[in-house]
Amino acid sequence: MTDKSASFIYVTFIRTTPEKVFEAITKPDVTRRYWGHENVSEDWQPGSAWQHVRANDARTVDLVGTVLESDPPRRLVINWANESQQSDPDQYSRVTFDIAQQDDLVKLTVTHDELQPGSGMLNGISKGWPHVLSSLKSYLETGEGLGL
Amino acid sequence: MDDGKVFKALADSSRRSLLDRLCDENGQTLGQLCEAMDMTRQSVTQHLALLEGANLISTTRRGREKLHFINPVPLHDVYERWIRKFETARLSLLHDLKEQLERKDE
Repeated sequence: MTDKSASFIYVTFIRTTPEKVFEAITKPDVTRRYWGHENVSEDWQPGSAWQHVRANDARTVDLVGTVLESDPPRRLVINWANESQQSDPDQYSRVTFDIAQQDDLVKLTVTHDELQPGSGMLNGISKGWPHVLSSLKSYLETGEGLGL
Repeated sequence: MDDGKVFKALADSSRRSLLDRLCDENGQTLGQLCEAMDMTRQSVTQHLALLEGANLISTTRRGREKLHFINPVPLHDVYERWIRKFETARLSLLHDLKEQLERKDE
């Protein structure tokens, strides 16, 4: 059986509302502002497909996956794989967004698990998430994302 | 989350060492961390609480065990705020220096 034991938990506190965080993850015209990609799904309902699409003229699809759970604005669980590896179930890892109000801040916890130790995806996301989350925080608090 | 807590949490070699250990192997239990650190359970617990208060680690329960994960997001915020904006200037200084030194060699 494939070893998919690697996992990461990322946490950031953002001065905003849970609704805005959920929207920032699921609305293409918002995700592009801080992620350089659009997260696209027809309805973000469990079982629906979603895609991570580069926000440029080429519109390259980098990641694909399925929505596993959706409870706006508190929780979203999706899986994802590189577009080029979408036919291989072993290449899918799982991403959980938990959004909770904590006093006047929103605590966003991103749990990325079911990753293969030593994989390219593991390496990529461990560099990628801290920047994406810093950029998301900056976007929601100041209106400006960070450069990619 | 205020940067002050992050800098304070980092201003201690044991806590930095705990972060290094989680960087090497993420998701460790308190027991594993104590063993690696050669410190009492009580002091490791205190250091971990301070790191968690600064959002530099996060924890999750798996059965009866509590697992500790490094959370690099506040470090990235610090990097964006305190390092990146100076980088351009620094790199161009290095570039000038290199050019000057190489010119002398000729």
